[in-house]
Amino acid sequence: MKILDKIMLIDRRWIYLAIGLAVIIPAIWSFEVPVTVSPEVKRIYDFVDQLEQNDYIFVAVDYDPSSLAELNPMTEAIINQAFAKNLKVVIVTLAQFGPGMVEEITSRLAANHQKIRGVDYCFLGYRPYPAITILAMGVDFRVPFPADYYGTPLDSLPVMQGIKNFGDVKGVIDLTAGNTADFWLIYGNGRYGFPLAIGITGVMSADYYQYLQSGQLFGIIPGVKGAAEYEDLVGFPGRGMEQMAYQVIAHSVIILFIIMSNVAYFATRTKKDKMGGGAL
Amino acid sequence: MTTGELILNGIAAFLTLCIFSFLYRDNPFYKFAERLVAGVATGYWTILLYHTNFTDKVIEPIFVYGQWYYIIPSLLGIMMWTRFSRKWSWISRYSIAFYIGISSGVSITVYLYTYLFKQLQATIATPITFDMAGLNMFLIVVAVLSALVYFFFSTPHKGVLGGISKVGIYVIMIGFGAGFGLTVMGRVALLVQRVIFLKDYFVVLFGG
Repeated sequence: MKILDKIMLIDRRWIYLAIGLAVIIPAIWSFEVPVTVSPEVKRIYDFVDQLEQNDYIFVAVDYDPSSLAELNPMTEAIINQAFAKNLKVVIVTLAQFGPGMVEEITSRLAANHQKIRGVDYCFLGYRPYPAITILAMGVDFRVPFPADYYGTPLDSLPVMQGIKNFGDVKGVIDLTAGNTADFWLIYGNGRYGFPLAIGITGVMSADYYQYLQSGQLFGIIPGVKGAAEYEDLVGFPGRGMEQMAYQVIAHSVIILFIIMSNVAYFATRTKKDKMGGGAL
Repeated sequence: MTTGELILNGIAAFLTLCIFSFLYRDNPFYKFAERLVAGVATGYWTILLYHTNFTDKVIEPIFVYGQWYYIIPSLLGIMMWTRFSRKWSWISRYSIAFYIGISSGVSITVYLYTYLFKQLQATIATPITFDMAGLNMFLIVVAVLSALVYFFFSTPHKGVLGGISKVGIYVIMIGFGAGFGLTVMGRVALLVQRVIFLKDYFVVLFGG
């Protein structure tokens, strides 16, 4: 059996092993990968950057721990930027397994920036049924969230004084791994018309660029590369930039496998065609 | 890292390796980790829903604050449970009718606005100019129309229609290709995050 035939019959576990070994390389020999900032990521950075001190920004962290690899870096970069600019941040999660994760992130970043819960930021917590929650928040944040995540009534929080609904925030940034991006587009931007940007997983990215072109979104942070770009802009290098070295090696191995399998496929197909066997 | 964190991270590292072991083949370690995740997730969500929905939307309004009108949506919710009885399942239709009626009324207009009108407006209203933005706009119009033609099956795809349809399939394939590349990036990110976690854990455990 020739090598090309062997490639066509390779056990998929060898490929898993190769990818596994590939991502271990940067763990041993780390190196930096330069990132080029995309316009759609820069627009979100610029939007947050031009806000005045004490302006309000609303951040929806709508993903579960299963997606934190891609989305945590962008959440942290955005909250870091907002805290560094002394913005008031209102945070919510519409993902059922999100609350504990969001609480950990917000508490840690607030401590890093000497921000006080209830004064500089508010974590509203979680409510099920995103569409209903978004519509209700458009009327008044107090309808779905009479109290914050910690049980403190919103009216008694200094950060929530004089702020009622989306009309009082400068913009909404939704970081999501699922269809909550659609809910924010339909019931948020569509119904209330506030400026909306999203940070999404790589899998979802291709599905949302048309909303950028139509102006329904003012920016997109796509996957871990987008997160690395945002970290670069904000100046807080984190897991996003760290992951880029691993991504480069893993992608190189995957591209190599794609080329090898295509060469083998077409070469063996031609041979089989000549023998009258037809395509595989 | 405290001793408690070390133990917790040790369990997380063990469960990560259990899940990865499926890449070789199915085994009891993988099954254990898989079922543990499913069990913990179900338990967590049930309690979360109890506290974020049942307590503050049913028990507290009715029994603590005396807002008796909350009984109406609660009753509609209870009526849903009649689905389990063949004899009484017709009662659940009232709840379903109420739910569908409300959601249709709320959703139809905003869905049309978001998915149809705004998208059509963006495709039609932007002028095609002789610069990069104009070229981009031209490509969008060509891509939208040719992809639509590909799914138009009322006439055989021959001649001009066949040519446009062929452009359409290339457009769709480019879309799939972009989606595939981004999906690979997402899946690799999941693996990388776990590898970084394991690396950090073993560095703390053994020094490095």
